[in-house]
Amino acid sequence: MTRTNSLYGPLDPARDAGYVDPPPRKGFFTDTSICIGCKACEVACKEWNEVPDQGFDLLGSSYDNTGALGANSWRHVAFVEQGSGSTGTRAPVDLGMPTVRGEQEDAAEAAGGDSDKPDFRWLMSSDVCKHCTHAACLDVCPTGSLFRTEFGTVVVQDDICNGCGYCVPACPYGVIERRKGPSGAKNVGIAQKCTLCYDRLGAGQEPACAKACPTDSIQFGDLDELRGRAQERVAALHERGVSSARLYGHDPQDGVGGAGAFFLLLDEPEVYGLPPDPIVTTRDLPSMYRRAGVAAGALLAGAAAAFLGGRR
Amino acid sequence: MTAEARPGVSMVPGAEFRSYYDRAVLKASPWEIDIPIYLFSGGLAAGSSLLAAGADLSSRPGLRRAGRLTALGGLGVSLVALVHDLGRPGRFLKMLRVAKFTSPMSVGTWLLATYGPLAGVAAAGEVARLVGGPKSLGLPGQLLAAVERPAGVAAAVTAPTIASYTGVLLADTATPTWHGAYRELPFLFTASAAAASGGMGMLAAPVSEAGPARRMALAGALTELVAERRMEQSLGMLAEPLHQGRAGRWMRASSWLTAAGAVGTLLAGRSRVAAGLSGLALLAGSWCTRYGVFEAGQASARDPRYTVVPQRERIEAGEATPSVTAGSPAP
Repeated sequence: MTRTNSLYGPLDPARDAGYVDPPPRKGFFTDTSICIGCKACEVACKEWNEVPDQGFDLLGSSYDNTGALGANSWRHVAFVEQGSGSTGTRAPVDLGMPTVRGEQEDAAEAAGGDSDKPDFRWLMSSDVCKHCTHAACLDVCPTGSLFRTEFGTVVVQDDICNGCGYCVPACPYGVIERRKGPSGAKNVGIAQKCTLCYDRLGAGQEPACAKACPTDSIQFGDLDELRGRAQERVAALHERGVSSARLYGHDPQDGVGGAGAFFLLLDEPEVYGLPPDPIVTTRDLPSMYRRAGVAAGALLAGAAAAFLGGRR
Repeated sequence: MTAEARPGVSMVPGAEFRSYYDRAVLKASPWEIDIPIYLFSGGLAAGSSLLAAGADLSSRPGLRRAGRLTALGGLGVSLVALVHDLGRPGRFLKMLRVAKFTSPMSVGTWLLATYGPLAGVAAAGEVARLVGGPKSLGLPGQLLAAVERPAGVAAAVTAPTIASYTGVLLADTATPTWHGAYRELPFLFTASAAAASGGMGMLAAPVSEAGPARRMALAGALTELVAERRMEQSLGMLAEPLHQGRAGRWMRASSWLTAAGAVGTLLAGRSRVAAGLSGLALLAGSWCTRYGVFEAGQASARDPRYTVVPQRERIEAGEATPSVTAGSPAP
């Protein structure tokens, strides 16, 4: 508990967990600028990991009928429809269907400028467990079910989890969840999330979602290399005029010590349902314990005073 | 849609924020009423063990009996609530395979495993006395008579940690209103435990012996009220869930009941009826505090506003961690 940065700050998580000579830390770099929203990652993940289906929901949020990460969705593709000006007004969208050239197009051309650029954009992003350097879910787990793998990732051991649910509110990204159903599915009542395909990693394979991604929006590899690649990509996008490109979760100095799965985004994180500046709760744990100790001492002293202090 | 603040909550100026279809960023804990019940019963047991040990050492048999039996009852309710939360008893055993300082639940498990048997032995001595005296039970009875006081004192020494760690249990999460209150929660919950157990002592012990219970109840109630105010101040906008909806109703009830119990204790604590009513009010106030704080946290996790706005404010103020590299605003 007293080791440097063991609760907060930059750290090699596998070494901190006691692995003597771990392989390089593995992770995901999800480049949302080339995500096409095909959801192959969601499907591949469900197939490989035997993640049960959620039933058939229509959520009314663009093409997203998954909604959020959870016990039964370990990859989640977000769809954000944005018109220029007020981002997100739900004006009718021209889907680019073939039509006869009409007055509008003529007017637009006459006005000149960006008439060839649509007044609309679609943000798509495949979200996943961040495999934090400082993983609150792992730290608060009272059974040791959640553990750090040699690859620096965070995995639930189904047969050890007792379903206490503490990891669920601990996660600053709202990823891990206790499986509620469907009835008959395996691991109901057990906390579930992405394992970064621990079984495939052990066999030298890349995770199912990265394997299935047709555009390499999801890139798997050594985290150090991915971070370098991401810097180059964001610089290239800025050069090409995509000034809204930014990296999220890539910095070891951030509130979770750097995420093992990080992202290139084209808007603020909260637009994709991500917290803009998450900080792992255990950063403040030493202070919490100190305060609990003082409070306990005060109760003991107060009780003693109640007996010593007065008449009967 | 993403830029819209929700209808009904956009009244606060500057509180506009962006979200993903207004969906929660965080997951609320899957805990149900079991957990606030445990927070309450554990605190009640802990405070009662303190009163029982003090009563034992100062020859107040009525208060000792009330304290020890309440501790036993509180412990029993706690264990039932915890096992019910997990679904089946065997699952609790998995807590015992590790001891982890980084997990307040693991720490709490081991504190409970230490305190529980001690309080149990003290209560067993009391039960033995009720059924005819320890001496009538032969050798086990004699053994019990020899260890009940040391066990009761040891229980009292460990009990305060049971009352205070539950504040850390809730605070060590990403749940905005719980984590935001991490400085005050251990004090609030410990004071609430003192008020509840003092109230129980006033209710169950003879007035002539209940002086320490009255003093503990009064000090606990006043500290609880002060700690709650301070918690709201340091929470800022994250205090809103403590005032709204179901949580708001419980928190208001908590303040009134605790204040009424304190006034009753101060003015009429020596009247049997008034002492009993004041004790009941303090018990109810303590329960309302636990349930209100629990519900407020759940509500804060379900509303993306309490996740996004404080973090966004940190970014605007230049106090954020480097979570995201600079990118220009959306075109």
